[in-house]
Amino acid sequence: MRALWTLLIAATLAACATTTETQPPAGVEDRAPGGATAPGTQGVPSKPVTGVDLTGSKPAATAAADPLHDPASILSQRSVYYDFDKYDIRDEFKPVIEAHARYLREHDGVKMLIQGNTDERGSREYNIALGQRRSEGVKRMLTLLGVGEAQVEAVSLGEEKPKEAGHTEEAWTRNRRSDMLYPGEY
Amino acid sequence: MRNLLAAVLLACAAQAAHAQLTIEITGAGGQRIPVAVAPLAGEGALLDGSNATLSSIVRADLERSGLFRGVEVPRLVPQPTEASSVNYAEWRSRLADALVLGSAAARPDGRFEVRFRLYDVVKQASLGGVAYTLARDQVRATAHRIADYVYEKLTGEKGVFSTRIAYVVKRGERYELQVADADGMHEQAMLVSNEPIISPAWSPDGRRLAYVSFQNKKPIVYVQDIEVPKQRIVANFKGSNSAPAWSPDGQRLALVLTRDGNSQIYLINPDGSNLQRFARSSGIDTEPFFSPDGQWLYFTSDRGGSPQIYRMPVAGGPAQRITFEGGYNVSPRVSPDGKSLAYIARNNGRFQATLLDLGTGQVQVLTDSDLDESPSFAPNGRQILLATIIAGRGVLTAVSADGRVKQRLTVSAGDVREPAWGPLTQ
Repeated sequence: MRALWTLLIAATLAACATTTETQPPAGVEDRAPGGATAPGTQGVPSKPVTGVDLTGSKPAATAAADPLHDPASILSQRSVYYDFDKYDIRDEFKPVIEAHARYLREHDGVKMLIQGNTDERGSREYNIALGQRRSEGVKRMLTLLGVGEAQVEAVSLGEEKPKEAGHTEEAWTRNRRSDMLYPGEY
Repeated sequence: MRNLLAAVLLACAAQAAHAQLTIEITGAGGQRIPVAVAPLAGEGALLDGSNATLSSIVRADLERSGLFRGVEVPRLVPQPTEASSVNYAEWRSRLADALVLGSAAARPDGRFEVRFRLYDVVKQASLGGVAYTLARDQVRATAHRIADYVYEKLTGEKGVFSTRIAYVVKRGERYELQVADADGMHEQAMLVSNEPIISPAWSPDGRRLAYVSFQNKKPIVYVQDIEVPKQRIVANFKGSNSAPAWSPDGQRLALVLTRDGNSQIYLINPDGSNLQRFARSSGIDTEPFFSPDGQWLYFTSDRGGSPQIYRMPVAGGPAQRITFEGGYNVSPRVSPDGKSLAYIARNNGRFQATLLDLGTGQVQVLTDSDLDESPSFAPNGRQILLATIIAGRGVLTAVSADGRVKQRLTVSAGDVREPAWGPLTQ
C-alpha cells in the first residue's frame, strides 16, 4: 500500500512539471473502411507566458523652479483646450503659449514636452493621430515665436490620459487639450 | 500520507491558472449541429486545474462557437469508449447528429493517454480519431485539440479552440497586457504598467507581440517574446510611435511615426532596423493593416477631409479609397481569407463594428452598441473580437461574421479592451 502511494505521489509530482517531453503519438486505428489513420498530436504545447512588471518603478518628482509653479504667473497655466474634432488654437490660449515661448527663449537649456489629448470617442489609434495634430500645433506656434526646434517635443497620448473620467460633454471638453510640461513634470 | 498527496494535488491546482476572463454567450445561431460528447471512460482521474473533465471542456468549446448544441448524455453502463461498437439507433434516438466517444488512461511513465473517435450518427460512419500522450497540466489543451478536430471534421473549417487572445486590462491606474487561451482561461500578464498600453498585435507565428506602451510618457512601439520577460524597442523616434502591424511573413512591421510632423506610415524590421517611409500625405495616415496575401496595406486616412479607409499596394502605387458611406470609418482589419473588411463606422453618433464584403461592396453593421473599438478576426475568419462599453464598463464581445452569434468576455473589477486574436498554432 505504501509503495502504491509513493508511486502515486511520484506520478502526481511528475504531472506538475511544466515542461513535458512527449513520445511519438499513438494514433487510433481507423476501422472505417478506407478511412485513413488520423495523425496524433505530439502532446500539446502549452508555452508559458513570462511578463514584465513596471509598476514598482515610479519616477521621483523633482521640484521645478518658479515662476512655472507660481499661481500668479501665466506660466502656471499649461493647458490649451480645443473644440470637438478641431486642432486650431483658440485666441484665449495664445497669451499662454506666448508666455511659454518667452520663457523657453530665455532658458534655451530647458526642454518642453507637449502632450496632445483627445476625448474618448472613436479609434484609439486615430485619436493618437488627432492628439498629435494638437500638440504639433502648439509646437509650431512656439517655434514661430523663436523657440528652438530641438527644445520642444510634441507627442500624443490620444484618449489614454483623460483629465476627467466621466462620459459627459463636460468631461470630453476638459479632455480635448494639449499640456505643456517641463522636465520633472511628466 | 493521504494528506501529503492532497497537498501535492493542491499544489498542482494552484499552479494551474484560473479564469480571469468570464465568457457568456449572449446569442446563438439558428442551425446548430447537435453533438453528443460522451464522458470519456476514465476521464475522472484526469481533471484540469478547475476540476473540469475533458468531455465537458470539449462540449463547452463546441457550444461557445455557436455552431453546435451539446446533447445530454445519460450515465452509460458500461461506459462506451472509442473501441466500443456504436449503437447508432440509440444515439439517433437522443437526436445526436454527431458523437464523440473516448477513453483516458494513466501510463506507466506517469503521463496519460487520451483517445477518442468521432462518429457521424446520421451516416452511421466513423469520421476518424486521435490518440494523445499528455501530462496532467495539458488536460485543457488536449480537450481544445479534440474540439478543434471535431469542429474541422463537421464544418470543414479550422477550429480556433487552441488559439490565444491578447488584450489590455485596466484596473484603477494599473494597466496589464494579458494573454489568455481563447476560452478565457490561463490568463498570464505580459506587461504590467502604471501607464497605458494599446494596440497589441501578434506576430504571425504567435511567438511575439508588438504593442504600444506609454511607460516613458509618450507612445513607443515595443516587441516582446511571449516566453521572455524582456521588452525590445522597435520605434522610439521623436514624437509619437504607434499602430504596429505585422506583415504576413513576420519580416516587417508597418507602424505610424510623427517624426516628420503628421502621423505617417513607415515600414521597419521587428528589431528596429531598416526604417522606410511607406506613404506620403498631407493629412493623417494611421492604423495600417496588411492583407493576408501581403500585397496591400489598408489604413485610415483623413486625406479626403474625414477619416476613411484606403489601401495601397505594398510594392508602391496610388491609394484607393475603400469606404464611402458615412463621415467616420476607421480601424480596418482584413479577414483571413482576404474577402471582407471589418472596421468601425460612426452611424448617428454610434461607433459600430461593420463588415464590408470587398467583392460586392455590401456593408453589414455587426452590433447594436455605441462604442465599439479595435476589431480582430479569429484566424478562421468565423468570429470578430472587439472592445465595447456596456453599462460603463469595458468588455470584449465576440460576434460571428454573420452577426448572429455573440459572446461577452468580461473581467472582474476592471475594464478590458484592445483585443487581438492570435494565429492558429501548430
